Amino acid sequence: MSASVQNVQIQLDAPVPAGEAPEILEEKISIRNLEFFYGDSRALKKIDLPLYSRKVTAFIGPSGCGKSTLLRVLNRMYDLYPGQRATGEVMLDGENLLSPSVDINLLRARVGMVFQKPTPFPMSIYENVAFGIRLYEDLPKNEIDARVESALRRAALWDEVKDKLGAAGQALSGGQQQRLCIARTVAVRPEVILFDEPCSALDPISTAKIEELIDELKRDYTIVIVTHNMQQAARVSDFTTFMYLGEVVEFGPTGTMFTAPTDRRTQDYITGRFG
Amino acid sequence: MTGTDQLANPALYRRRARRNRLAVALAYAATAFGVGWIAVILAVLLYKGIGGLSLAVFTEMTPPPGAAGGLLNAIAGSAVMTLLAVLIGTPVGVLAGTYLSEFGKHDRVSAIVRFVNDILLSAPSVVVGLFVYEIMVAPMGHFSGYAGAVALAVIVIPVVVRTTEDMLNLVPDTMREAAASIGLPRSHMIVHIAYRAARAGIVTGILLAVARVSGETAPLLFTALNNQFWSMNMNGPMPSLPVVIFQFALSPFAEWQKLAWTGALIITVTVLGLSVLARSLTHRR
Ligand SMILES: Nc1ncnc2c1ncn2[C@@H]1O[C@H](COP(=O)(O)OP(=O)(O)OP(=O)(O)O)[C@@H](O)[C@H]1O
Ligand SMILES: [Mg+2]
Repeated sequence: MSASVQNVQIQLDAPVPAGEAPEILEEKISIRNLEFFYGDSRALKKIDLPLYSRKVTAFIGPSGCGKSTLLRVLNRMYDLYPGQRATGEVMLDGENLLSPSVDINLLRARVGMVFQKPTPFPMSIYENVAFGIRLYEDLPKNEIDARVESALRRAALWDEVKDKLGAAGQALSGGQQQRLCIARTVAVRPEVILFDEPCSALDPISTAKIEELIDELKRDYTIVIVTHNMQQAARVSDFTTFMYLGEVVEFGPTGTMFTAPTDRRTQDYITGRFG
Repeated sequence: MTGTDQLANPALYRRRARRNRLAVALAYAATAFGVGWIAVILAVLLYKGIGGLSLAVFTEMTPPPGAAGGLLNAIAGSAVMTLLAVLIGTPVGVLAGTYLSEFGKHDRVSAIVRFVNDILLSAPSVVVGLFVYEIMVAPMGHFSGYAGAVALAVIVIPVVVRTTEDMLNLVPDTMREAAASIGLPRSHMIVHIAYRAARAGIVTGILLAVARVSGETAPLLFTALNNQFWSMNMNGPMPSLPVVIFQFALSPFAEWQKLAWTGALIITVTVLGLSVLARSLTHRR
């Protein structure tokens, strides 16, 4: 809802304490008047939302409210399926990514995605990461090696796999597989990374690792994460979006959202009264 | 049995238990019936065929009536025609299966292709033989190994289409989405991800198709016919194991009949081997 978005603007424009430079927020993605349809059924209604560069934005809300749907608009994943369509505007660096003229493969190379279930490709650990690099860049072997290593390091997986890069990606543990998928995503050097409940299939230790990683990654990337875990949203995100029944009910800095939500429904959800 | 009297309705329980025992007994009987026949067939094949098994079978040509000889030309003819059939049938089958699973999953054309393919899958092979006779042998004016290979290919194709589609359908959509998420074009996704994930299954399908055609007689009778001599000329009549077995088994000559049994044993062992290989491929993942 635009009212709450306005709220945020006011807060963000509020004077900052002396001595600290005011943080300049840059809108990497601006969603305007977005609607989404599965066939005839409308799953997203009039979404207006900014996603800020080098920040983590969390989507929270009860099951079925449209978090994944919204996320999958951002890289047009829905395009794989007939009968799904979006209207409105999603501006990525000023260009409407919903426009039919957008090259969808290039778009997805810029907007990467990590899924709920780890999805390593049926190939070696090394190949899982190198594959995406080779797709867009024609590099000599040693440079690819270096890129693979740096991606695996970024994903905090290097030390665990450096001696078995030729082993099958699918032979890793669930948490390792998820980090491999993050490495694979990072390796193509996207600008935005979308996470759809990336930790829901993982144990607490793997979860902590992924959360650290997200914190690390936001220095370079714009990050969006869908999560059912309120603590996780509070821990990792800078901004939080509360969605309900296909609408954005409230959007704001995570601290404010969790301590002083303006909408009753947000309050109820955060305190566990429904959802 | 303890404690049935504690049940609310022991009679009902006992009735169910009885019915269960009956069903299990029937299932065992049916299994024994099927397996029994296979065992008998294998035993007879071994008994009748193993005596004739010698090096000569693999080194000498099919003999004239009353003389000694081997099956080399028939084995070679079968191998060459099967190989060509697989070379023709695999690309066509894999591409069609790919279309059905990856591109036209829900469209009308696919529904029709799938239906026709199922018919082809169970079409009597005599019909296939006649068909290829009409389109190749009759116009060319003579029987040929090419026509035989085409007839076998027509049998290979539906098997490969079916297994390719089924195996690609088993590749989860999440894998396709993951591939798309790094900007992989669909064609790359299919070749590098989906085929790789489904490889064992697709290869299994091809092996099963080979197993299926290696015993086919009818389509070859109408197309490649036979040849008593060594012939690698695919443009002329070619011998094949099933047709030689057919001819020799029905003959009144003891040597021929013996070779027919040996040939049958060779085919059976080959098919068995292919099936075992196919199985081990699908189980190892
Ligand atoms: N493929 C689909 N076809 C039709 N409707 C769908 C499809 N996927 C989702 N929906 C509907 O769209 C709405 C939003 O679903 P979505 O998956 O975005 O919810 P979500 O917020 O991600 O839920 P969860 O927290 O359970 O993952 C739901 O009502 C759902 O039933
Ligand atoms: Mg979801």
